[in-house]
Amino acid sequence: MAEVGGAADKDAKAPARLEMRGVTKRFPGVLANDNVGFSVAPGQIHALLGENGAGKSTLVKMIYGVLAPDSGEIFFDGEPARVANPKAARKLGIGMVFQHFSLFEALTVLENIALGLDSKISQRDLEAEIRRVLDLYGLKLDPRRVVSTLSVGERQRIEIVRALLLNPRLLIMDEPTSVLTPQEVEQLFETLRKLAAGGCSILYISHKLHEIIALCDVATILRGGRKVAECDPKKETSKSMAELMIGANLKEIARAPGRAFGEERFAARALNLPKHGDFGIALHDIDFSVRAGEILGVAGVAGNGQNELMEALSGEVSARSADAVVLAGEPIGRLGPTERRARGLCAVPEERNGHAAVGDFTLADNGSLTARRRMGFMQGGLISAGRAANYAETVIKSFAVKALGSTSTAGSLSGGNLQKFIMGREILQEPAALVVSQPTWGVDAGAAAAIRQAIVDLAARGAAVVVVSQDLDELLEVCDSLVVINLGRLSKVLKVGEVTIEEIGLLMGGVHGDPEATAQMTEALHAHPI
Amino acid sequence: MRIRFEKRREPSKAMQLLTPIGAVALTMLIGAIIFWAIGYDGPRAVKEIFLTPITASYKWSDVGRRAAPLILIALGLCVGNRAKVWNIGAEGQYLVGALSGAGVANLTRGLEGWWIVPMMLIAGILGGALWAAIPAFLKTRFRVNEILSSLMLVYVALQLLNYLVAGPWKDPNGHNFPQTAPFTPSQMLPHTAFGTPFPPGLFIAFALSLVFWIVMARSEFGLGVRVVGDAPKAARYAGYNADHMVWQAMLISGGMAGLAGILECSSQSGMLNLGFPSGYGFTAIIVSFLGRLHPLGAALAGIVLAITYVGGQVAQTVVHVPNATAGIFQATMLFLILASDVLVRRRIRIDWGRPVAQAAESAA
Repeated sequence: MAEVGGAADKDAKAPARLEMRGVTKRFPGVLANDNVGFSVAPGQIHALLGENGAGKSTLVKMIYGVLAPDSGEIFFDGEPARVANPKAARKLGIGMVFQHFSLFEALTVLENIALGLDSKISQRDLEAEIRRVLDLYGLKLDPRRVVSTLSVGERQRIEIVRALLLNPRLLIMDEPTSVLTPQEVEQLFETLRKLAAGGCSILYISHKLHEIIALCDVATILRGGRKVAECDPKKETSKSMAELMIGANLKEIARAPGRAFGEERFAARALNLPKHGDFGIALHDIDFSVRAGEILGVAGVAGNGQNELMEALSGEVSARSADAVVLAGEPIGRLGPTERRARGLCAVPEERNGHAAVGDFTLADNGSLTARRRMGFMQGGLISAGRAANYAETVIKSFAVKALGSTSTAGSLSGGNLQKFIMGREILQEPAALVVSQPTWGVDAGAAAAIRQAIVDLAARGAAVVVVSQDLDELLEVCDSLVVINLGRLSKVLKVGEVTIEEIGLLMGGVHGDPEATAQMTEALHAHPI
Repeated sequence: MRIRFEKRREPSKAMQLLTPIGAVALTMLIGAIIFWAIGYDGPRAVKEIFLTPITASYKWSDVGRRAAPLILIALGLCVGNRAKVWNIGAEGQYLVGALSGAGVANLTRGLEGWWIVPMMLIAGILGGALWAAIPAFLKTRFRVNEILSSLMLVYVALQLLNYLVAGPWKDPNGHNFPQTAPFTPSQMLPHTAFGTPFPPGLFIAFALSLVFWIVMARSEFGLGVRVVGDAPKAARYAGYNADHMVWQAMLISGGMAGLAGILECSSQSGMLNLGFPSGYGFTAIIVSFLGRLHPLGAALAGIVLAITYVGGQVAQTVVHVPNATAGIFQATMLFLILASDVLVRRRIRIDWGRPVAQAAESAA
């Protein structure tokens, strides 16, 4: 310990709740964190801001004891802390709410929390304790509800309660709002403000700038593993922080003004689909119409039937009647993905790995997955390796995919680059209609802007596009009109520009939007203990 | 301390090629140790098993004879295993293929013509495919695990053979031995082909390895096989139907096993008896994995496994190791190949994690 200042500081003022000094972490081939230092004061809401791959997660994992730093020091309440594992972190008073929840769908809230505890405590005491915490922070959650009946926002509250039960002095929130409706986000912020007022420090990880402006006291901005700035978000604009974050000027999406739409190109008519599996969502009377050149957005909280809708539109699941899905006047509801593609309907599912692409395959083979017929790879019954490689190279070049070439495996690409490749693979097929889900999920801002621009350009060339996304900002930026999906039903069509975020938020509702169905499901699951 | 398996970012090509060779070398080493430990001349046994069949030219014909069915069956299994459709019952399909061909032989007894042998081969392929169609049907219709159903059908096929050779198909001039009447010359393929010491089946096997290679690497079907096995969701997205793939993989692997069966009995044994089944259908599973599920690899691996068959017999007479020796070597090899497969895709990391007490101490 070369620095002697620690003790003197302590006498001068209250020590920082958390302080990182010169923390460095190296993975094979990449420097994830390079000499990062920042400190979080007690009761402060501190934002950790950066693109995907900027090193936020690595940093947080070191604080929570999942990873150990190669060099550098972590101080907790002024004392050097060595966090060997998450259990030790919790002992120190560090709580964490992960982006992806680890909950058992068939168990109740109470049971889920009991499973995650380090110490043994009776069910009754635990319930009393949970209710106390819920009351204290004004959180709405029924401990006896079964998780599968809860909305994503409610599920997140379970994780928050789980962390709060340990009376944390530092709470880490990893991308907490990515799955919430605007109203749920507001509720979450109130809780966090209350917590901070009570002296708990909050480390808030996000790339959503307006949230950070609304919530946080200080923001540390990371880029490429380095800390590039620390600022007061209230004194910054979204644009200025975004530029610090990506290290370049942000490009606005260019759209031709006064675009006119052609005639109806792609439509669903009374598309119904029974639910598949215990936690699937049935589709009810899905009805929409997209004209040539139009982009229709489908907003909604995750798990409200988006994946089912995607499968029904792409042909992975065929509809009951051919008329349920119509492409350029032709009923295609009973056709499979290959036939639909041949007629000009391309699709990009939400999951990149193992659905839209195969990690162990080369990019050329990944190109063949969907482009083999449309782009004429077939030659005498065989797939021409040369043409497949050429097409992959074309996609790589036109979409600025960072890859060595068509022989690289998809798994060797970063998430953003793979997404660009997948989007490019479909868009360069010049489809008459394109259906995409979460086109920029987990993609850095630069790549996201390029992908959105490509979608807008495709529509400008006369394609009908449907974009399913949980990112409202994205939908508002790209789409001409919007529908909201909730419990497998679509709302009426809303015009972008005329509708407010609050209205959309109300339509998004969440799983708890239908109290009757929820109550029935809870009862049914409890009548038959699992 | 914690031992962890970590996924490698990109499995190296060189390792994928070298691990089968390493597995064979390690099998030799382990085999030598095992036989030394139980009181045999281990190194000598290994030498007899792995080297004698190569160095002694009079053993080549035997190696070729055994390699032919192993390669043919393994080619079919490469398709199935690649698509993760697990056909464990090739031995049964091999038998039913031979039986179907022998059935044609029974019907054409006394007839002459060039068409008889092709008819028998076609019947063999169809018979094997039919036997494999049962697990395919059960799987696609009732979701019955194909590993169990195909394996159990092996024993049904064995009973079928027992029944036929001891009953309706028994050779009237066979001194009451349970065997069929010998095939007539117009029902037989030559014992060896093209003036080489090798059976015609081996040439067919090599030719088909090339065909399978092209189909797997370049055809739409081959792409489908690979996607269905690697990423079922991506396969559906790319327009491949998993149930169709089960059918295709089963029919192809069954047909190939059936072809191997009828080739063996129409060019080598010339009849069927209770000694006909010799475990090729099971050994071919090892062949397909040793060949990395690649058709050309399967051709090479078939030769390696044929060598262990022949060498096992040599070692039995020369070093007096038991009959099961070859089986032990083959099983060791399969184990090592599968283990090395895991290590090509993952690496072992050992964390000599700091004890918690010490960590707490330094924190204080």
